[in-house]
Amino acid sequence: MRAVASILPLVLDNVVFAVGAARLIDGLSFTLDRGPRTVILGPNGAGKSLTLRLCHGLIAPGAGRLTWRGDGGAVSPARRQAMVFQSPVMLRRSALANVVYGLAVNGVARRRRRDLAMAALDRVGLANLAERSARALSTGEQQRLALARAWALRPEVLFLDEPTANLDPAATRAVEAIIDAVHGSGTKIVMTTHDLAQARRLADEVLFLHHGRLVERAPAEAFFNRPVSPEARAFIKGELLW
Amino acid sequence: MSDIWSAFGRALGLIASLDANLFAIIGLSLKVSFTAVALAAAIGLPLGAAVAVFRFPGRGAVAAFLNALMGLPPVVVGLLVYLMLSRAGPLGVLGLLFTPTAMIVAQCLLVVPIVAALTRQAVEDLWREYAEQLRSLGAGPGRAWRTLLWDARFTLATVVLAGFGRAIAEVGAVMIVGGNIDHVTRVMTTAIALETSKGDLELALGLGTVLIALSFTVSGAAQAVKDRAQGRAG
Repeated sequence: MRAVASILPLVLDNVVFAVGAARLIDGLSFTLDRGPRTVILGPNGAGKSLTLRLCHGLIAPGAGRLTWRGDGGAVSPARRQAMVFQSPVMLRRSALANVVYGLAVNGVARRRRRDLAMAALDRVGLANLAERSARALSTGEQQRLALARAWALRPEVLFLDEPTANLDPAATRAVEAIIDAVHGSGTKIVMTTHDLAQARRLADEVLFLHHGRLVERAPAEAFFNRPVSPEARAFIKGELLW
Repeated sequence: MSDIWSAFGRALGLIASLDANLFAIIGLSLKVSFTAVALAAAIGLPLGAAVAVFRFPGRGAVAAFLNALMGLPPVVVGLLVYLMLSRAGPLGVLGLLFTPTAMIVAQCLLVVPIVAALTRQAVEDLWREYAEQLRSLGAGPGRAWRTLLWDARFTLATVVLAGFGRAIAEVGAVMIVGGNIDHVTRVMTTAIALETSKGDLELALGLGTVLIALSFTVSGAAQAVKDRAQGRAG
């Protein structure tokens, strides 16, 4: 399907991230491959955000290795992935210019940027707000704009860090619909959430993290109906984990 | 007290009568300070942002040095520029001493550290907020530098304004390198100092009034422009 070679799978091998003596990520090993929507689930402080940042290359592991299949090949893994943050940074310019900026940074020819950016805004339902200042948009619109900005880059992998944590139900629904559409366009979704209901709606497979370790990994249906680890069982039952 | 009020009244009379001498002095003041600040902004804004964004050895020392230079005494800057431009100095052949150009150079040297140091602080704060997002989008340090200069533009307008306040108000540097020559290098601050010492309080007060009014007008106008632009860009 894709003309360019895939950068997936991403392999984490015993990855550690420590601050001082605290091993916030403590020996993570897993493989992310094409296809299923992967949801990284766990209570606050489990290391979900750090895991995404490690995968995306925003922070470097203290020990262990992360390897993209594209590493050393013709494709640059760094440019084939994008990330949407819990609180996205809106540049002080129009919504359209925010999307154009991402395209410009990624070397898209000047004459094509505007059309591509408008198309991206249209896909997230923001075409009518294109000329509005990005900072004047509502929180939900800003998150949709962040999705448009990331999606416009046509990433092979899209990381999303608690993308709806600050949003009301209506805005959450809109964002989830966009995530589905991004998935439908062939982009691998890797998303964190602490929201069990959202994980049930979106996940094809679940990676359950606790205290910086991967406690359980399973297809979504199996994870929610027949969790194996005591931590996952407690989390699904709504008990407090610490 | 009544002396002051009568001097003040005659000062307003000078302004109202559009006294040619008075307006020549005001005109030169504005020309010198605007040019100096424009040059200082062209140097200080990119420099300050670079110190904020780029990682290089001695970066902390450079930042501390810029901060320290903010407090440079104008007379010392004037003295240094005087030494450089005097007939025996390394740049004496240019014949710039006691010209408005020398005054521009001196004020520019005073304002560059202010603009650079405040820019570094503003851009560094913004960089903390933007760093992960820009790196995620694929922006390298050069791109980040440009982006942050643009996105900090409203704060940086205030920074440049602070530089203008410093330039238009300082006496020591322009006095030394300009020489306060009537109709050539006499600006508002040097004229006020001179007229006061001569006892011509009318002209001194007239100039003082204009100086304060100008400061208010420039900062008010800049604030208005900033508010309007910020309202649109958020």
